[in-house]
Amino acid sequence: MDSKMKTSRRTFLKGSVALAGGSVAGAAVANEADPLITEVQEWASATGVGVDETPYGMPISFEKDVVRRNVEWLTASPISSINFTPIHALDGTITPQGCAFERHHSGAIELRKEDFRLMVNGLVDTPLVFSYQDLERFPRENHVYFCECAANTGMEWAGAQLNGAQFTHGMIHNMEYTGVPLRTLLNEAGLGAAGDLTGKWVYVEGADASSNGRSIPMEKALDDVLVAFKANGEALRMEHGYPVRLVVPGWEGNMWVKWLRRIEVTDAAVESREETSKYTDVYEDGTARKWTWVMDAKSVITSPSPQMPVSHAPGPMVISGLAWSGHGKITRVDVSRDGGITWQKARLGKQGDSKALTRFYLDGDWDGKAMLLQSRAMDETGYVQPTKQQLRDSRGENSVYHNNCIQTWYVDENGVVENVEVS
Amino acid sequence: MSKSLSQIVLPVAGGTALALSLALVVANLDYGQNKISSLEGRLEQASMRADEAAGKAREEAAVTAELEAKIAEIQADAKVRAASNPGLTEYAPKRESGYGLGRKARTEEIAAWDIDVLPDGRGLPQGRGDVFTGEEVFAEKCASCHGDFAEGVDNWPVLAGGFDTLADKDPVKTVGSYWPHLSTVWDYVHRSMPFGEAQTLTPDETYAIVAYILYSNDLVDDEFELSHENFSGFEMYNKGGFLIDDRPEREYARWSSEPCMENCKPSVEITMRATFLDVTPENGGESVMNDAKADDTPTFVAKAATSDATGGEAETAAPSPAIDPALLASGEKVFKKCKACHAVGEGAKNKSGPQLNGLIGRPMGAVEGFKYSKVFVAAHGEGRIWDETALTEFLAKPKSYMKGTKMSFSGLKKEEDLAAIKAYLKSFGE
Ligand code: HEC
Ligand code: HEC
Repeated sequence: MDSKMKTSRRTFLKGSVALAGGSVAGAAVANEADPLITEVQEWASATGVGVDETPYGMPISFEKDVVRRNVEWLTASPISSINFTPIHALDGTITPQGCAFERHHSGAIELRKEDFRLMVNGLVDTPLVFSYQDLERFPRENHVYFCECAANTGMEWAGAQLNGAQFTHGMIHNMEYTGVPLRTLLNEAGLGAAGDLTGKWVYVEGADASSNGRSIPMEKALDDVLVAFKANGEALRMEHGYPVRLVVPGWEGNMWVKWLRRIEVTDAAVESREETSKYTDVYEDGTARKWTWVMDAKSVITSPSPQMPVSHAPGPMVISGLAWSGHGKITRVDVSRDGGITWQKARLGKQGDSKALTRFYLDGDWDGKAMLLQSRAMDETGYVQPTKQQLRDSRGENSVYHNNCIQTWYVDENGVVENVEVS
Repeated sequence: MSKSLSQIVLPVAGGTALALSLALVVANLDYGQNKISSLEGRLEQASMRADEAAGKAREEAAVTAELEAKIAEIQADAKVRAASNPGLTEYAPKRESGYGLGRKARTEEIAAWDIDVLPDGRGLPQGRGDVFTGEEVFAEKCASCHGDFAEGVDNWPVLAGGFDTLADKDPVKTVGSYWPHLSTVWDYVHRSMPFGEAQTLTPDETYAIVAYILYSNDLVDDEFELSHENFSGFEMYNKGGFLIDDRPEREYARWSSEPCMENCKPSVEITMRATFLDVTPENGGESVMNDAKADDTPTFVAKAATSDATGGEAETAAPSPAIDPALLASGEKVFKKCKACHAVGEGAKNKSGPQLNGLIGRPMGAVEGFKYSKVFVAAHGEGRIWDETALTEFLAKPKSYMKGTKMSFSGLKKEEDLAAIKAYLKSFGE
């Protein structure tokens, strides 16, 4: 097997040199016959790997760089930390679970379904405890939603910092969730005891050491919040809250409590650490904003980007990126190649789902000259993604969270891409 | 007949949603059979008398009209169904009376889990603790990460100071300078700290620690005692500092007009370039490296780049070659779990845990300038030495091997990890 691998790799290298020669010369003219075509390749002759080799498949080894990465200096310990989705290397909209970003406040825990308990208490008619199996017996729904950490792009407030869409915009993932509407569980416990539901809250917390409690206004709790147990068709991953997490569509990721263990109906916000000390926004005058739950419309070009340089000659080129809004559907994305002087409407890969990632493309030709690439998202409310300057003028630079500014990538003549700020 | 049918059918069948219903209609009219017997039909037609032909034509026209009406009906129906999304994406049904699932929660279960404390103090258990006691408990359970005076060690959170910095570009947000409610401090310390040993503090200890944190922030004097009785009377420094999300009024209207598409600004210059990249993928690394030349790099310097250089470089020191490189590599991986608190290698400094150079054969608790817990001071006094067995047992279960250690680490469960970390640490001297 080893020697086989070697031969085929050598042949492969030869082949790619010939191909590279062809692409420099322009369109489909090959200087010599391509041995990948003229010689019988190992894989076209010998047999491949049998079934059952990997009962649960991993991406092929050539893709081993498409993984989550972290920026160590951001946090004191990997146990209370974050890493980033390799959005630069993905296409379409669904994020595979295995490379979807993680954020833990006390590490990811291993919680068996058998040990899972979900309590609903507080201002309810009958406080209840559900087992995992109970949850699977309620009618359930499927929805695709993005989950974005409020701190996504947070490092960029003060200026261009990290060279890679993964690092500037990778605290996001987009999955298809299967779960029970939170309202179904609240109804099961009965909201009669809560009386008038205006001004009532639902406090949710997890089973891990941080517990990460958050208060959600009743209106949202009864709207589209899901108690989810599957993502992209399979069980949630440990790092995303196995066996059960909360899905709070369009709202900041910290509220999507993992390892969900308790739901309490209250008459006031708890004002927990995660909604006072953290996940609040300090404005220029030193006052803070709280309850800034919604993630405003945002977009980023994922390719080209610093980790995805332009590796081909001038000519046809696909510019691609992601757009999303916590307020609903993405209706339009514009792309600029000159730093915002002129804009062109991009093509949406598929009509945007509400509160889910939308893929966009700008198909055209690259003239081999330097570009300042930007994208600008618009959502169904008419909101237009702001520039960094607009955001700074509105809020100042003291903030960490909710930076949804337009991102600029500088592409030079060699196709090298860099994270920059422009005037 | 067949011709006129297909003229009607084809344009409509373009809508895929209708294909199924149309197939039914067509089958009813024996479209297929008509086609097969078309030759015979033509023969017959030839011999038909004029009036018969006229009658047939009338019949055909009638059928056609009927068919058209039917198709219009189907189309209208499909429109209605499309608008209401039939059965496809319907919301889960709701049973007003409930499903009878789950069981009633018991009072003691609710008491065990429902421990949150609201801003008005509801949810607080009875108890008390003073600054003096708090200082002791804090030194023992919190200071290794947060510093003796809550000033924060390394990258761990600062809990005190930072007053009047909130309007600065880099505000120092601490319990004292930022937190609006005392209830949050009590609730968080009680439920989530110490890190790695959450939910072990008694109410009295929590009152005492909270009193001490207030004292470290100069918000109370050293005589202060906090209890469930005086709790709700206490007002935090930044109590009035929080307003509710005002993006809707502040931004949404202003940022919702039709955006500019052409000549949106006269010129654009690069005002800043990212010069710092923490992670370089092993393959294709050159593509992510920033090539900015010294003369055009911005003045901005990522502050943490320097802290990383002093703290985390250790693992690049050359390991001794005698050891299995694969084992070393996995040891380096396991060490990621330790890195937050320990450094190893040339120039390694103490972090919240002591540096680990030359560990095997080193006396326990021996690193100068590191403040060990009592149990390590005692082990040092007894002359105990780190050998492989001791290290294995300690790392497997730190808290049971060294009862009272302040190393907040739950232990390495896997044999392979233990073997790997030992090999890795050994490579930095014995
Ligand atoms: C092993 C290190 C460690 C120890 C020991 C520790 N903490 Fe912490 N502490 C942390 C980390 C890490 C965080 C941040 C957790 C997160 O990201 O959610 C934190 C957060 C906090 C915060 C919130 C800070 C903020 O600004 O939001 C408080 C308050 C706190 N700790 C108090 C304590 C107290 C009191 C003790 C002792 C009873 C203690 N800690 C022991 C590591 C530690
Ligand atoms: C959360 C911080 C933290 C983590 C994570 C951690 N340690 Fe520690 N470690 C400490 C502290 C603090 C001490 C000092 C213990 C004491 O004084 O009780 C210590 C002590 C030690 C000692 C004794 C050193 C001496 O001088 O006697 C060794 C050995 C050690 N740690 C190894 C490890 C290894 C290996 C890992 C990872 C598998 C690890 N630690 C993870 C904080 C940590």
